Amino acid sequence: MIEIEGLTKRFGAVTAVAGLSLKVGKGEVLGFLGPNGAGKSTTMKMVTGYLAPTDGKIRVCGHDIETATVEAQALIGYLPEGAPSYGDMTAGRFLAFIAEVRCFRGTEAKARVKDAVEKTEIGPVLDQPIETLSKGFKRRVGLAQAILHDPPVLIMDEPTDGLDPNQKHSVRTLIRAMAAEKAIIISTHLLEEVEAICTRAVIIDRGAVVADGTPGELLARSRYHNAVTVVLPESEANAAAAKLKGLSPVAGVERTARPDGIVQLTAFPRSGALLIEAVSALAMREKWTVREMVAEPGRLDEVFRAITTDDAQRAKAARA
Amino acid sequence: MNYVLPIFKREFAAYFATPLAYVFIVIFLFAMGVFTFYVGHFYENGIADLSVFFGFHPWLYLFLVPAISMRLWAEERKSGTVELLLTLPVPLWASVVGKYLAAWVFTAIALLLTFPIWLTVNFLGEPDNGVILASYIGSFLMAGGYLAIGACISAATTNQVIAFVVSVVVCFLFTVSGAPLVLDFFRAWAPLPLIEAVSSFSFLTHFTAITQGVIDLRDVVFFGSLIALFLTANVVIVDLSKDR
Repeated sequence: MIEIEGLTKRFGAVTAVAGLSLKVGKGEVLGFLGPNGAGKSTTMKMVTGYLAPTDGKIRVCGHDIETATVEAQALIGYLPEGAPSYGDMTAGRFLAFIAEVRCFRGTEAKARVKDAVEKTEIGPVLDQPIETLSKGFKRRVGLAQAILHDPPVLIMDEPTDGLDPNQKHSVRTLIRAMAAEKAIIISTHLLEEVEAICTRAVIIDRGAVVADGTPGELLARSRYHNAVTVVLPESEANAAAAKLKGLSPVAGVERTARPDGIVQLTAFPRSGALLIEAVSALAMREKWTVREMVAEPGRLDEVFRAITTDDAQRAKAARA
Repeated sequence: MNYVLPIFKREFAAYFATPLAYVFIVIFLFAMGVFTFYVGHFYENGIADLSVFFGFHPWLYLFLVPAISMRLWAEERKSGTVELLLTLPVPLWASVVGKYLAAWVFTAIALLLTFPIWLTVNFLGEPDNGVILASYIGSFLMAGGYLAIGACISAATTNQVIAFVVSVVVCFLFTVSGAPLVLDFFRAWAPLPLIEAVSSFSFLTHFTAITQGVIDLRDVVFFGSLIALFLTANVVIVDLSKDR
């Protein structure tokens, strides 16, 4: 439903997005990841028709965003970064305005607003000016605005930023509930969010896609994928480490001392090998005093760090 | 029109959502009264017409209209709502026109609320109400011209104070472009047709012509095309400002 081809955006000498191509279909929740300044927001601004691309094509449900802007925008729900809204309006009036702009009239408009209010749980604050609301409520008013017309395409720039854990949970539940019928793009810095709600994760860096796959596929890239961590008292640690190294599927062991006199040993597998059974059998045999044992699924943050660049490098590259 | 109406309604309601509307109207009416009665010596003139009253309009608008127009776009850009507004399924021109019309109708209301002075002058004597009507229309058109300039300048900045100050200066130049202050600057080097063109931009000249009681098509076309020109520039500036 969203087709992006060779999308490029330059601001003067700085290239924010460099030839990005992407297709998002119905039922997909695409998590858009990348360091600050990687081009996530700029891409979203172009997909929603706010910024004009320097080069490339964007189609939303078949409508070219540049030539059929209004038709495309009618099919998009957009939560801009920071969820801006008119502070001096009450939440209720603001949503009524959005309903009117989206061409709903009379009872239909009221029903749409009511539905969005229920889904985002902002009923108690409808009569308050938006500027007096807490950050969490402001964000949810922005969300209500984005889903009011039940759009086939939903684009949200950091939808859970600034929400407390309960609110995050309810927003994620809401997104999951809508996912089957829509094409959704969310940008986020929260890697656990990607694992929680995304069917697909795309990491961009310096304006281009550097990784694209299911969260599971990205996790499999982590060197922690299928690694096993065992937590033991220090007295047993040396012997245990030696035994672990002796297992044939183990490529290496990393030792981390914890402050409370216990030691954490992480055994990394040779490529593709499963370790947990061998390690647990070994632990039984050797009668280790195991405090914890975890089979690691992989660490997204480590994958993220491995394939993206840091601030300083990026600023240098952008100007080169 | 389908696009313009919701934008217009929201913008118009926004004036009344804050004390801005009430403060503006009270000060507008108060200033009109002070200028007409104390500075213009309305009673002492002993003439039952409103030429003194209308004579002050350009000068009051000069300061009061930029106070209305300064927030039109600068505030949207500052708070980031411009991104929301321009990703709604509404063409940019409709947002520009809707916001502008809201400001214009608001000034029209302030202007209409000066009706007691019309009642007064009708109570005291027998004024030419045709001239008064023409003057009101002229004043409305002139306010529209100032607003279009102010809206356009508001789109060029995120700072409302800058929008206000620059608008006052530009409006001032348009007001007095028929006066020696501006023309002398051009006389030194510009050819005569250019000087005449500059002087024909004067709001004062066109407004004074209308307050004589004749609504000349040329004066209406002047204000109409000036408004169209600045609103077009407004669209272009909003479009360009997104890329920053």
